[in-house]
Amino acid sequence: MTVLLVFLGAAVGAPMRYLTDRAVQSRHQSLFPWGTFTVNLIGCVLLGGLAGAGTALPAAVYSLLGTGFCGALTTYSTFSYETVRLVERRAYFVAAANVVVSIAAGVGAAAFAYEAVHALAG
Amino acid sequence: MPEEPLDPDVDLRDPAQQRELVRHHVSVLGVIALGGGLGALARYGLAQALPAEPGGFPWATFWTNVAGCFLIGVLMVLVTEAWSAHRLVRPFLGVGVLGGFTTFSTYAVEARNLLRPDTVPLAFAYLGGTLAAALLAVLLGHAITRKLVPVEVAV
Repeated sequence: MTVLLVFLGAAVGAPMRYLTDRAVQSRHQSLFPWGTFTVNLIGCVLLGGLAGAGTALPAAVYSLLGTGFCGALTTYSTFSYETVRLVERRAYFVAAANVVVSIAAGVGAAAFAYEAVHALAG
Repeated sequence: MPEEPLDPDVDLRDPAQQRELVRHHVSVLGVIALGGGLGALARYGLAQALPAEPGGFPWATFWTNVAGCFLIGVLMVLVTEAWSAHRLVRPFLGVGVLGGFTTFSTYAVEARNLLRPDTVPLAFAYLGGTLAAALLAVLLGHAITRKLVPVEVAV
């Protein structure tokens, strides 16, 4: 059952990442990978909120939305690959900014959503 | 990263070309969904096999992300330099399987969980360690594949 929920959540999350990335990337010209940044940030907010709900959230919902959807919506492989590509193009500042901003914003957003939902659910 | 141009030669007023475009997008989204589901199952399996202790280093996610980064390094050399791959190979394996396998959200939430007074150094070690290992893994995947696979002359 859990396996099915993880699969289904991810089968929606992965195409959603692709569509969001395409939509965001087609709207700007900068080197910064805003598309991947956007999906990763949204996923961090959602998963932070789900984790903050703790035991108030049924395990099945966590499998579907957390492990499945958020896990597949966000990506570390594209984040790393894009960073390496920026370094190869000698766009060192954008590469460093991508790393620092993605990680700081991701962890910050996850922590904020966790606390907010934890306070509401607590 | 910049993709191929969005089909400037397609005339959307032509119903046949419209159908062709829809078919193309449906098949791309379909293989991404399937690949994403399979990648997520592999991630879930690894997390079950290597359960993280509270306050411990999240090894399952670490290895998931580092392995996924190594494989994207391998894949991108194969599809952009060595193979003339089918048009669905990159969406299936790159966007789908590896995107579904690796995760940024779990990484961020696990780091948040470690940001307690006694495990703050571990949180930073996890954040920095994953990043450094992931970037090296992409480069290693590139380098090994370029060495092992004869690269086609670029046209």
